[in-house]
Amino acid sequence: MNNAQAAVKQKVPQKTKKRKIVSLDKKKARAGWFFVAPFLIGFVLIYIPIIFNSIQSSFFSIKQGQIYEFVGFDNYAYVLFTNPDFVTTLTSGIRQLVIDIPAIVIFSLFMAVLLNQKMFGRAIFRAIFFVPVILSTGLIAEIDASNVMNQYMSGTDSTDTSANITNASSTSDIISMADVAFLFESMKVGTGLVKYVVQLVNDVYNIINRSGVQMLIFLAGLQSISPAIYESCSIDGATAWETFWKITFPMISPMILVNTIYTVIDSFTSSDSSVMTFILNFYSTGGAQSRVQATAMGWIYFLIVIAIIAAVSGILSAYIFYQRRD
Amino acid sequence: MNAQQTQTKIKKESKNKIRVEFDRTSRWTRFKIKYLSASFLGQVIFKLFRLVLLLGISYVILFPFFSKIASSFMSPSDFVDVTVKLIPKNPTLNTYKQIIRENNYFEALFNTAVLSLLCAVIQTFVCCIIGYGFGKYRFKGSKLLFACVLLTMIVPHKILQFSLFNEFRYFDIYGIIKAITGKTIKLTGTYWPLAILSFTGLAFKNGLYIYMMRQFFRGVPDELEESAYIDGSGVFRTFIQIIIPLSIPMMITIFLFSFSWQWTDNFYTTLLIPGTAKSIKLLPSIIEVPKTLDTNYAGGNLYTSAIRNTCGLLIIAPLILIYMFCQRYLIQGIERSGITG
Repeated sequence: MNNAQAAVKQKVPQKTKKRKIVSLDKKKARAGWFFVAPFLIGFVLIYIPIIFNSIQSSFFSIKQGQIYEFVGFDNYAYVLFTNPDFVTTLTSGIRQLVIDIPAIVIFSLFMAVLLNQKMFGRAIFRAIFFVPVILSTGLIAEIDASNVMNQYMSGTDSTDTSANITNASSTSDIISMADVAFLFESMKVGTGLVKYVVQLVNDVYNIINRSGVQMLIFLAGLQSISPAIYESCSIDGATAWETFWKITFPMISPMILVNTIYTVIDSFTSSDSSVMTFILNFYSTGGAQSRVQATAMGWIYFLIVIAIIAAVSGILSAYIFYQRRD
Repeated sequence: MNAQQTQTKIKKESKNKIRVEFDRTSRWTRFKIKYLSASFLGQVIFKLFRLVLLLGISYVILFPFFSKIASSFMSPSDFVDVTVKLIPKNPTLNTYKQIIRENNYFEALFNTAVLSLLCAVIQTFVCCIIGYGFGKYRFKGSKLLFACVLLTMIVPHKILQFSLFNEFRYFDIYGIIKAITGKTIKLTGTYWPLAILSFTGLAFKNGLYIYMMRQFFRGVPDELEESAYIDGSGVFRTFIQIIIPLSIPMMITIFLFSFSWQWTDNFYTTLLIPGTAKSIKLLPSIIEVPKTLDTNYAGGNLYTSAIRNTCGLLIIAPLILIYMFCQRYLIQGIERSGITG
């Protein structure tokens, strides 16, 4: 009896020692760490070395495929001041980016609003609109880029109209400068706008191709707006136009920020952006130092794009409306 | 008003039924009010405009595919003929036959299918798990870690290619492997680099997938899990039995993205699995003109690009099939996710 009691006495404190009391928060935190563990491991073991190595190698010279000697900012200096093409490609690429971003965001918002309406054949149209997201990427985009077929197929009546066109435009253009200039003549707008519109229309295939994911994000955002708001709006007698600007637009504005940033990242990282193509070409075809120099180019480009993202999100977030959710 | 009310007769037919008789306005008046008004006209115009716009843009999207398909059946003589635009006069299957035979299409197809399936399945599950961790659990440093996810999304792998290649060519984890075995492991030329990147959620656009999954799980009500916990289910059982079935549309979306982007990928495969004679043959390497197809004539330039396009068509043919079956889920998944800022 005594023995047994002693055993119990001995056991009880041991048990409490062994089992730590863990609060629910801690348990949850532990589970959270477990779930994100794959990323954490990869980030620490693989990603950080890669990033570190990349930054490091942009300050080094190269010998037989290995980094060799510390050269300070020589690579950056070469890229910025000696290489004849990089700076011009960079400025023109960024100008193109600035032109394309509003076009893509506005276009995808417009199309998402259209595709969100109830109508005949909506499912089919949606399916068609997301075809480029799946099919016109990577390899296919690369084949398209070096393609004379499309120009040949769409260049139908170049011979009869070319006489009328004052500005020379290539046969594959959908509308010519002269047509738009004629249309805008009486409106007294500058040639800058005319040029912009012409560029956009002729680039429409490109813009559609690149706005697939943005359209999906906008659609998701539109779906999350409560129909009760629209209902009360229509009871108060608002027209569709007013409803769009007073309800849809403010409610979708966080999405506009997300999409703008996504567009910047996407057009910056996609291999059909001119700067990226230049860097990739330089990497594979340049001289002996080209690999580290291309890395230096990449980091310069990256810093500029980060600056653009910061500027855009700084400006846009002043105008964004966040709905208070309870 | 009064006159109408007097005309309306209410009869009580039975205990629970009444019958109201009144003069309906004539059919013509109803027609006039309904269809001959400005608002109806406006609606019709708007609907027509919308239809034309959507059809036009669909045309812009689909036309390149049509023209590629048409030109893939053309024989060399059709490219010189000015009257041939879309429908070939001498249709031939020769282009397809030669590409499939000479460029080892099926071997490349099989290898790419294995690679894409491997990557897509791993990425889908890993991103789902990571997204769940970020979406449902708040722990110290979770925000910082999520900022790291965004960082991996923003820094393109293309500017890291030199280091990316070196990392896997001389694979090592902080010098540990070298300390043990005395040398580093060469992983390039195998599927391992892409598998490792997928396992750790670092592969192409995985940041986007993690972000999407996180937003999706944030929209899932906590009560679901809480009731599962109360019923005695653990964290992992809840995840497998409750959360995964719930997130299947979203996972299909991500699977579709990762599968098709890996399928048409050119950057990682050429960098990490370089196309030398010995290594694994993948789809990017089939884009070349077969030797038996003669392109030395006036329309040769067009013909060459038609052949390249046909290679492209052969590459995406399986994707088109998959897209046809899965596009329903793609849109569903996105709609349910309710990605919000």
